[in-house]
Amino acid sequence: MKYSLLFRVFFGLLLALAANISPAQAAQAARGELVVDLSNPMVAITTGFTGADILLFGVTDGKGDVVVVVRGPQRDTVVRRKYQVAGVWVNKDTITFKQVPGFYGLASNRPIAEFAPLVIRKENQIGPGFIQMVPADTSFSPKEIGLFKDALIRNKQNQGLYSLDPDKLTFLGNELFRANLNFPANVTIGTYGIEVYQFRDKKLINKRTTLLEVRKIGFEAGVYNFAHRHSLAYGVIAILIAGMAGWLANAVFRRV
Amino acid sequence: MQIYLPIAELSVNIFLILGMGAGVGFLSGLFGVGGGFLLTPLLIFVGIPPAVAVATEANQIVASSISGVLAHWKRGNVDFKMGLVLLVGGVVGSTFGVWLFKILRAMGQIDLTIQLSYVLFLSIVGGLMLIESINAIVKRKQKKTQKLHQHYWIHGLPFKIRFRKSRLYISATLPLGIGFLVGVLAAIMGVSGGFVMVPAMIYLLGMPTAVVVGTSLFQIIFVTANVTVLQAVNTQTVDVVLAMLLLTGGVIGAQIGARFGNKMQGEHLRGLLALIVLSVCAKIGYDLVSTPLDLYSIGLPGGH
Repeated sequence: MKYSLLFRVFFGLLLALAANISPAQAAQAARGELVVDLSNPMVAITTGFTGADILLFGVTDGKGDVVVVVRGPQRDTVVRRKYQVAGVWVNKDTITFKQVPGFYGLASNRPIAEFAPLVIRKENQIGPGFIQMVPADTSFSPKEIGLFKDALIRNKQNQGLYSLDPDKLTFLGNELFRANLNFPANVTIGTYGIEVYQFRDKKLINKRTTLLEVRKIGFEAGVYNFAHRHSLAYGVIAILIAGMAGWLANAVFRRV
Repeated sequence: MQIYLPIAELSVNIFLILGMGAGVGFLSGLFGVGGGFLLTPLLIFVGIPPAVAVATEANQIVASSISGVLAHWKRGNVDFKMGLVLLVGGVVGSTFGVWLFKILRAMGQIDLTIQLSYVLFLSIVGGLMLIESINAIVKRKQKKTQKLHQHYWIHGLPFKIRFRKSRLYISATLPLGIGFLVGVLAAIMGVSGGFVMVPAMIYLLGMPTAVVVGTSLFQIIFVTANVTVLQAVNTQTVDVVLAMLLLTGGVIGAQIGARFGNKMQGEHLRGLLALIVLSVCAKIGYDLVSTPLDLYSIGLPGGH
C-alpha cells in the first residue's frame, strides 16, 4: 500500500507539472479523489483557426473506467423536414427543441456500454442518444418527435459537432489518464462544460466538472463584435472599403 | 492556407476563395455582367451559409460596380437622370427585399426562395439570350433596317420625363418599376441584377445600348450599398473578410477578362454567356427536384 501511495503522489506531481495542476489538487489526488485539468482552459479562435485539440489530464484513485463528456453552450434548435410539393422539396414540418447543446463530445477508455449501466447513462446524458431534448411544440406524436430528435443528432454528427464514436481516453499506468478533445473549425462560441465520470463495478463513484472557454480573440473578435454592436457603422465601413477597393482597381489598371 | 471568416464562422482556403473571385471576375470582364449570379451559388456550394453569401456578395458588387462605372463615366456613357429614377425604385425595392429576406429566413423558406428565384430568372434570361444570339449569328448577313425603338402600350403611361442622354421621353413609372423589381432581386438573390436590368433597359425602355451598361452599373452601386447596410443592421451577415478576398480576385480576373472580350464577336460572347447561365440554372433546378440526402435539416430560431 505504501508503494501505491508513493506512486499516486508521484503521478500527482507529474500531472501538476504537465497540466498546471495546483499542489492542492495534487494533494486531492493523493487522497484518492478524481482530479482533472486541461492543457489550456481556453480555445482561442484567431485568423488561422482550423480547429483545436485540448488535452485533458486526470488522476483517479486506481481501478475503474472513465468517461469524459463535453457539452457546448445550449441554444434552441430548429429541425425541419422536407416534403415534395409539385416535384420540389420544400421545408414543411418544424419542431423547435429547447436548449440543445451546440457541441457534444465523448471520450472513454473502452466502450461505454461495457461499464456504465443504461440507467446511469440516461440520467447523466452520457451518449448523444441520451441528450435531453424538450420540444417547444407538443402537438406532435412521441414517435414523430423521436424521428426529429434522431435527425438533429445525425445532422450535428455530419457537421462534426456531435461525437460519432467516443474519442480515445488512455490510461498511463493505473491512475493517470489523458484524452485528446478535438474541436472542429465550426465550433460555437461560449462556455463549455466538461464532465468526467469515474465508474467502478458498474457504479458511478466519482464526478468532476471543469469549464472550457471557446472564444474569438484579436482581429476575429474585433470584426464580430463590431458587426453586432455597431451594425450600422459596420455596414457603412463595409461600403467604404468596397468603394475604395473599386476606385483603386480602376486607378491601377487604367495605367497598365 | 486557411483563413477563419469572422461572420460566416468557418474556416476556408484563401486560394479557393481568391480563385473563385478571379474565375467569376474573368467571366464578368469578358461578358460585362456582375457575376453575382455565379458567385453566390458557388459560395453556397463551398459551404458558406446562404444568408452570409447573399449579403457579402452585395458588398463585393459595390466594389466591382464602382470600378466599372468609373471607366464608363470617362467615356460619357452614364445617363445620370435615368440612373437616379431607377435608383429610387431600386432603393425601395431592395429595402422591401431585405425585409422579405428576414421573414422568409425565420420561416425556414429562404433557401427555397433563393433557389426558385435563380431557376426562374436564369432560365428566362438565359433562354432569351440564347435565342437572340443564335438569330443574330444566323441573320448576320441579311441586314435589315430597324426602327430606333418600337412603340407599345407602355409609352402611353403618365408622368412622362425626358431623358436627354438616352434620347427618350417615357413615363417615370416604368424605370421606377424596373428599379424596384431588380432591387428585390438584389436583396434576395445576392446579385447585382444586371442580367435582368440590362435586357429590361434595352427591350422595355428602348435605351441606346451604349449608355445601358454604365447607367445600370451606376444605379447598382447604390442598390447594393443599400442592401449591404440593411443586411448588416438586420441580419449581421455581411462578412468583410470574405468580401475583401472575393473582390481582390475579382478585380484582377475582370481586367484579364475584359481584354479577352475585346477579341471576340458579340453574338458569340452572348451565346456563350447564355450557355453558362442555363447550366447554372439547370444545376440549381436539379438540386430542387432530386431527393435530398437527408430530408431533415437543422437551424437556429430566427434563422441564424
